[in-house]
Amino acid sequence: MVFYEKKIIMNKAEIDRTIKRMAYEIVEKNYGVDGLVIIGIQNRGVPLANRIVSKIKEMESVDVPVGILDITLYRDDLNSAVDQPIVRETKIPFNIDQKKIVLVDDVLFTGRTIRAALDELIDFGRPKLIRLAVLIDRGNREFPIQPDFVGKVFPASSKELVCVELKEVDKNERVVLKEIKETGE
Amino acid sequence: MKLKNKDLLGLENLDKKEIQLIMDTAGPFKEIFTRSIKKVPALRGRTVVLLFYEPSTRTKNSFELAAKRLSADTLNVPVSTSSVVKGESLIDTVKTIEAMKADFVIIRHGMAGAAEIVSRAIKSSVINAGDGAHEHPTQGLLDLFTIREKKGKIKGLKVTIIGDILHSRVARSNIWGLKKMGAEVRVCAPATLIPKEIETMGVEVFYNLNKALKDTDVIYTLRIQLERQKEHLLPSLREYTEFYGVTNERLKYAKEDCLVMHPGPMNRGVEIFGEVADGKRSVILDQVTNGIAIRMAVLYLLAGNKQMNNRD
Repeated sequence: MVFYEKKIIMNKAEIDRTIKRMAYEIVEKNYGVDGLVIIGIQNRGVPLANRIVSKIKEMESVDVPVGILDITLYRDDLNSAVDQPIVRETKIPFNIDQKKIVLVDDVLFTGRTIRAALDELIDFGRPKLIRLAVLIDRGNREFPIQPDFVGKVFPASSKELVCVELKEVDKNERVVLKEIKETGE
Repeated sequence: MKLKNKDLLGLENLDKKEIQLIMDTAGPFKEIFTRSIKKVPALRGRTVVLLFYEPSTRTKNSFELAAKRLSADTLNVPVSTSSVVKGESLIDTVKTIEAMKADFVIIRHGMAGAAEIVSRAIKSSVINAGDGAHEHPTQGLLDLFTIREKKGKIKGLKVTIIGDILHSRVARSNIWGLKKMGAEVRVCAPATLIPKEIETMGVEVFYNLNKALKDTDVIYTLRIQLERQKEHLLPSLREYTEFYGVTNERLKYAKEDCLVMHPGPMNRGVEIFGEVADGKRSVILDQVTNGIAIRMAVLYLLAGNKQMNNRD
């Protein structure tokens, strides 16, 4: 499948401002940083989680614990995935019992990733609550899952692809809308 | 990325990229062992059958735990009390297992090539857990993984394998794997335990242990089976130990930071001494832990194989 770039949804400065605003909202809704932990979902939820943590540090001067979650082994499509996903690192170096977790991912789409993430987190312990922060909500949910903190709502069609590119993993720093190229064959 | 074949029969059939994929996948699996719930649902509903025609505790337990930690169901077929003793052929046995809708058949057999024969007879994924003196691929993979974990690389390392090379499937799998990953491999044993034309595998043969150990990064000791003496391959175990037993004194000939490995079970005081096996260079227990991670990686990767999912 070939994709062409249709539109830039967010640029570098917008991403930075959005993450900052989300960090404020997280602290506000949590009434401070007590019991707060941030967990990023592999792959691009991890740098986003780190950025939220450093924004919180700037405003509250506190290091909020940060973890990494890889949901590959909790996916529901091992039989059908065209290309088998690579298993990446999971690292939660703290006890999550009674913690208030903010789960971070780049794009919220069907909700299946979040379903897997919730199942996996429950195997680590019994958090007090789990909230969800995503940079982009592109709609088309297949599960009853809604985010608590949203960078931007951007409804996209099933032919379109919303790609978050972050400098920690990609060349660029932007959110871009792509569409499948009809080759006419 | 995926593995090309539905089966894992030997390291001879894997290419470097596939070996790397298995090792890279095994890394994250190790973290699961540190959780209080050491289990993930990846293979829920899959069935893994363990068919061991030779005694094994270590490998069988390791495979069984690997399957269970992936949430697969396991079934042990005890050969000594099954229809095998009533004269059922290997092919009939595995076809029966396939008819029970097993997804994986893990087989150990005394005959070289048994796993391959089975893999051609059934559509289930076959993992070779040791076939005669031919191969023991998951052992080879876990050894490569352990070396890479401890040394940070495999390429360019000098690895010396000591002991019964002639009868050892572990040695063969290790040689295939190590050569593919760019290591320099030496084998060292009395001439009676060195197979003919082993040099064609790209290894250097030594009969003197002190010479073989010079600049060695990894010492790999093999189990000396006590029966070998009866086959007149060794004059006596005491003599073998005298010339080839790995002691602290001998370690001085190798590099200061060399690793000591052994696939187990060990004959302490024969091929390896307690002072070495329990010493600070030994990674023998790391091999055991890593074995489960490697076997989980192999099961997981084979489960994603296309042929496995389009069987019916």
